[in-house]
Amino acid sequence: MLEWFHRLGSPRTFFEMTSRWHPWLLALTGLVLMGGMIWALLFVPPDYQQGNSVRIMYIHVPAAMLAQSGYLMMAGAAVVFLVWRIKLADMALLAVAPLGASITFLALVTGAIWGKPTWGTWWVWDARLTSTLILFFLYVGVMALRSAMEGRERAGRACAILAIVGLVNLPIIRYSVDWWYTLHQPASFKLMEKPAMPLEMWLPLLVMVIGYYLFFFTIWFMRIRNEILIREQSTEWVRGRVAER
Amino acid sequence: MSFFPVSVLRDLRVHVRKPSEVLNPLVFFAVVISLFPLGIGPSPEQLSLVAPGIVWVAALLATLMSMDLLFRSDYEDGSLEQVILSGQSLFVFTLSKVCAHWLIAGLPLVVLMPVAGLALFLDVDEIRTLALSLLLVSPTLSLLGSIGAALTVGLPRGGLLVTILILPLYVPVLILATAMVQAVVNGANVTGYVYWLLAILLLSVALAPLAAAASLRLAADE
Repeated sequence: MLEWFHRLGSPRTFFEMTSRWHPWLLALTGLVLMGGMIWALLFVPPDYQQGNSVRIMYIHVPAAMLAQSGYLMMAGAAVVFLVWRIKLADMALLAVAPLGASITFLALVTGAIWGKPTWGTWWVWDARLTSTLILFFLYVGVMALRSAMEGRERAGRACAILAIVGLVNLPIIRYSVDWWYTLHQPASFKLMEKPAMPLEMWLPLLVMVIGYYLFFFTIWFMRIRNEILIREQSTEWVRGRVAER
Repeated sequence: MSFFPVSVLRDLRVHVRKPSEVLNPLVFFAVVISLFPLGIGPSPEQLSLVAPGIVWVAALLATLMSMDLLFRSDYEDGSLEQVILSGQSLFVFTLSKVCAHWLIAGLPLVVLMPVAGLALFLDVDEIRTLALSLLLVSPTLSLLGSIGAALTVGLPRGGLLVTILILPLYVPVLILATAMVQAVVNGANVTGYVYWLLAILLLSVALAPLAAAASLRLAADE
């Protein structure tokens, strides 16, 4: 297990392995997302209260989930980089920050669009919205720090420290904001508990969540491979690969 | 004398000799406070309603304005490297820097706060709570800020970056502190808030210097 982990940590192995996975991942992502989207937008019955606007949920809820777990993954990469000094983890951290920020932004925007027909306003200063906004600022902070710093090694380690600091603070921020004001419904999607919504609405949501995660990993791996090519451009195997093309 | 008090005293001495750097954030605080009545209108009812929030946000910004006092001069004149080479604990060093920073940047804000409260028509009870909340929170502000200051210490224009990095981390204390003042207005008990703020302070004392020390070591590695 540890050896496998170590081998995966080498940029070249990672590059070759994920290159092999790439077409499959891409096809699977497309299939699941398209399937989920068609199911959710065309075949799910409209909600008895919200009507058709409930379909925004299928875009919004997976984005909001991914926004949070994306930060967890970023902080995980940061820990791996700081503890084991695996360069690949730094590249993963670099690659995931803009991705997480855009997913968080998507969650905010779709939330606003959904809020207009259901709550009658684009934005409310409600706990879950506010903590997602702050999550967005945390992502932006990591990106801003990276772009302000020169020296790849130093910038990477500084960002890793900041990501971990954010991770420690995130629960405190969450609870304080929750406690500050609550209007938003509690999380509507829990894997382990019996869903509060009917099955015919829950299943397409599950498909969409899986599709979002697949999309996230596909793009993340693509960005990491890009970064590997940039950083290792002076090595033999990258030159060989480029020459092949 | 052991390392901690020596370092604190040295910092205080350095700051006393350059008073303008210490005074500027306080002037900033006063200017920001006096802009709000101009923007909102001079009516006492309106002002006293939003005053706790205004005073708090101004205090957060003023604290961040003073973050350059923490490590920058040490980084530039090489004292930071000397401390690292000397084998002294960087954790203790960071804590001593934060302690000195709080004495020259945090405590004056606590003293200034009642004046700002009076100018915004808060009554005595609210001002007392406001000052108490700032007294409890300002060390936390210095501690969390030290992470941002250490991360950006070598950067030419770190000031704006520090605010982006650190302001989101200030959200919990801002919420708790203003809620504490609100509780006084409503006549509720504030003991719970005091415990919460103290708990966050203790957590920051234990963890923030770790992150700041790691960042300082990083900056000195260059």
